[in-house]
Amino acid sequence: MQCISFEQIGVLHKRFKQLSHNEETLRRDHFNEIDDLAFNPIRAQIIEAFFDRRNFHQNGEGKVQEIGFEEFVVVMSHFRPPSAHMTEEQRGKTRREKLRFLFNMHDTDNDGIITLEEYRHVVEELLSRSGTLEKETAKCIADAAMLEVASISVGHMEPDEFYEGITFEHFLKLLERFEIESRMIIRFLNMDTTTLCK
Amino acid sequence: MKHIRVTIVILVTCLFIILIVLSGTVCRHLRERRHQHLNRDSNHQANSTAHKKTFPVLSFNYEHVRTPFEISLWILLALFMKLGFHIIPTVSHIVPESCLLIFVGLLVGGIIKATGEQPPILDSNLFFLYLLPPIILDAGYFLPMRPFTENIGTILMFAMVGTLWNVFFIGGMMYAVCQIDAAKLAHVDLLSCLLFGSIISAVDPVSVLAVFEEIHINELLHILVFGESLLNDAVTVVLYHLFKEFAHEQAITVTGAVLGVISFFVVSLGGVMVGVIYGIVGAFTSRFTSYSRVIEPLFVFLYSYMAYLSAEIFHLSGIMSLIACGVIMRPYVEANISHKSYTTVKYFLKMWSSVSDTLIFIFLGVSTVAGPHTWNWIFVIFTVIFCLVSRVLGVIGLTAFMNKFRIVKLTKKDQFIIAYGGLRGAIAFSLGFLLNNNEIKNLFLTAIITVIFFTVFVQGMTIRPLVELLAVKKKKESKESINEEIHTQFLDHLLTGIEDICGHYGHHHWKDKLNRFNKTYVKRWLIAGERSTEPQLISFYNKMELKQAMMMVESGSAAKLPTIVSTVSIRNVQAKGSPKPSRAISKSREEEIRRVLRANLQNTRQRLRSYSRYELLNDALEDDISEARFRKQKEMERRMSHYLTVPANRQETPPVRKVFFQQEHKVYTYDDSESPRGRASPSCADDVSELKETPEKPDQSSTPRANRDAELKPKEQDDQGDQLKVSRCLSDPGPNPEDDEDSTFLP
Repeated sequence: MQCISFEQIGVLHKRFKQLSHNEETLRRDHFNEIDDLAFNPIRAQIIEAFFDRRNFHQNGEGKVQEIGFEEFVVVMSHFRPPSAHMTEEQRGKTRREKLRFLFNMHDTDNDGIITLEEYRHVVEELLSRSGTLEKETAKCIADAAMLEVASISVGHMEPDEFYEGITFEHFLKLLERFEIESRMIIRFLNMDTTTLCK
Repeated sequence: MKHIRVTIVILVTCLFIILIVLSGTVCRHLRERRHQHLNRDSNHQANSTAHKKTFPVLSFNYEHVRTPFEISLWILLALFMKLGFHIIPTVSHIVPESCLLIFVGLLVGGIIKATGEQPPILDSNLFFLYLLPPIILDAGYFLPMRPFTENIGTILMFAMVGTLWNVFFIGGMMYAVCQIDAAKLAHVDLLSCLLFGSIISAVDPVSVLAVFEEIHINELLHILVFGESLLNDAVTVVLYHLFKEFAHEQAITVTGAVLGVISFFVVSLGGVMVGVIYGIVGAFTSRFTSYSRVIEPLFVFLYSYMAYLSAEIFHLSGIMSLIACGVIMRPYVEANISHKSYTTVKYFLKMWSSVSDTLIFIFLGVSTVAGPHTWNWIFVIFTVIFCLVSRVLGVIGLTAFMNKFRIVKLTKKDQFIIAYGGLRGAIAFSLGFLLNNNEIKNLFLTAIITVIFFTVFVQGMTIRPLVELLAVKKKKESKESINEEIHTQFLDHLLTGIEDICGHYGHHHWKDKLNRFNKTYVKRWLIAGERSTEPQLISFYNKMELKQAMMMVESGSAAKLPTIVSTVSIRNVQAKGSPKPSRAISKSREEEIRRVLRANLQNTRQRLRSYSRYELLNDALEDDISEARFRKQKEMERRMSHYLTVPANRQETPPVRKVFFQQEHKVYTYDDSESPRGRASPSCADDVSELKETPEKPDQSSTPRANRDAELKPKEQDDQGDQLKVSRCLSDPGPNPEDDEDSTFLP
């Protein structure tokens, strides 16, 4: 249940029109035109997230080539701040949703597991704009991170056992103390007016 | 056992008190005797002519060491008190340390007074110039930047508007109280009351630190109260000087008020600027200190102290200057100085601030006994009441306002803790002490002392049970997680990207711009060598690795198990298809190390499994057959390598950094290429000498590189890369590798 107010929808609609040059749908090259994004090391993943069916809350999978305004708003709604009077259950739901968004960004092949290769790719992208691309260090860091996940989620493993990758449940457990519901927000969407629930 | 401890502590305390008293009385007697002696001498001069004194084998001259001697005695007393309170655990659970110290001060002051001496008073000069800066520097240098900047709006609100409200409310209400006939206080005018208000209303960082440190409250509340106590210095300074200046004019003009407002901005921004300038200069200096690492910590201390003093010259806010200097200097200095210097800085700051803190509270107690008091029931009681009331009202009002802008709202529980944590302390006392001497001063001082006592004793003692009762969130033990760090960075970039897509220039956007500016321009200037381009994630990872390596060494020597014994090893995580971690290490060497480790470290196997990122620590139960086969293979390689030149040799067998444990429990890593003594040593010596020249921050542990090097195909080895990696190995120019080879492992 995502609640967005009228004003916010209006503002988003204006921006949508601006980005798409008054067309009905947005495509990837529209996003590529945004200058400020050029410096962002993970811009490819961010743009992909907008075209990922898993983020549209319709239980779809795979990628699309263009999105309408509705999908745009649904993706943006992941960054809604938590309302002041939330029950624990609602807070948990919000957390799951936001962490699911992050998970989808990492899990590029849609198999529901973040493998070591995918995680390595994440770290490499993060370090890609640092100037000195140290592939080995990126691998080290990703390996250490996977080791940590495995240690936290599956305490005991035999030497022959193999840790497939991070499932969503492991991901949740990993970022338990991360307080994502208060960190993953855009203030822009923080207007306490009458809400309309979708 | 416990009784012995208690007795020892009490005995030592008494010893010190006696010593202090003695030093006072001895001094007095000495002065008298010398006076008499002089008189007698002058008489003798007239009578005797050539009367020679016998050579003094053992003489007593206390005068010329008096001052440092007494200072040392006081500091030793303070330290013993601190030690004593921790040895006796039961008391320190109920009563916070600051209360006990004040109590001890009262005791010492009482004893000194009983012997007829004048007990020393907390001199304002001593306090502001020597006792306060270490505490503030310690706080500012280790200020957690992320929560501070996230809550800066709220903190500024509380510090500025909250303090202003307190001043005028308390001042106004006290003036109203003074009008009551029964109080006989009609001579206290409005301006004096406002001056009193400005002294008493500021939350004191020393007391807040002392009390909050013990209750381990969650980070948000800690930073709110603490940040407020630091930043309200500007307001306090301006108002104090303003009212003091106008006190004799009996009225404040409009121009005066306007000038006051301007002065506020000048004081706060000027103080910050002074701090920033010194911080940048300090960071720049640290770029070159690799030539003499021993004096590095001194630069940090002196630049910060100069920032404080320089701000005080112009009556700017010294505290804000000190904080700004520490905050600006820290990231760059930490990247430049060696690990040992960093530890030194940390420990010296903690040490000084601890001593200062203890001394301040003891002197507060002593001064209470010493100072002339004018006790006026009505004045004092109403002061305490109004302090509490104004604090509560201020916090409630400001929170209601700030919650409109905050994402994480402040609950009623939070508000209560913030209000309750508004402790007053020694700054108020010292400011009061600086007032001009008149009858009002004693009245004010008494009230100030009473408020301080009330806040420290009553509020300090009850805050811990209240925190438990209200079930306020405690500080979560921060286990550094590489995953959380990765996701923090990821989230930063993600949110910046989303803001750009929205076209909304929110604070992520500006923070990102600042970071980029920092990286492209500032870091190049202020950080030496390669560290300037190192991304934060890598430095975080390296720090973590180093910490874990050191933890492992320590736990090895103490024979303790690590807390998380996980049997997950890196092999479980590697993809099935990827090359197995190759056993490029010399098997014989590995066996030797493992033998030593098994002999000396208990439960090696279990620990090895959990930290098996260090490839040498392979499972001891591995296949012996494959081991023998591999050993033979290595033998062949080694024989072949004899016929090859050094560079090719290096390529054949990639050098592997290993961790082994020296007698002194230091962790050395060095380049151990396949042909041990003959060939390796010159190259190692070269690298070591090269290390002496490169000003690298030796914080990075190269042990993870060891594993990755083992995996890498030989052709990826780069001589250049090797040199650099070795130069990052040793934490300080360590001993020659030749020495390493000769010396034995842990016996």
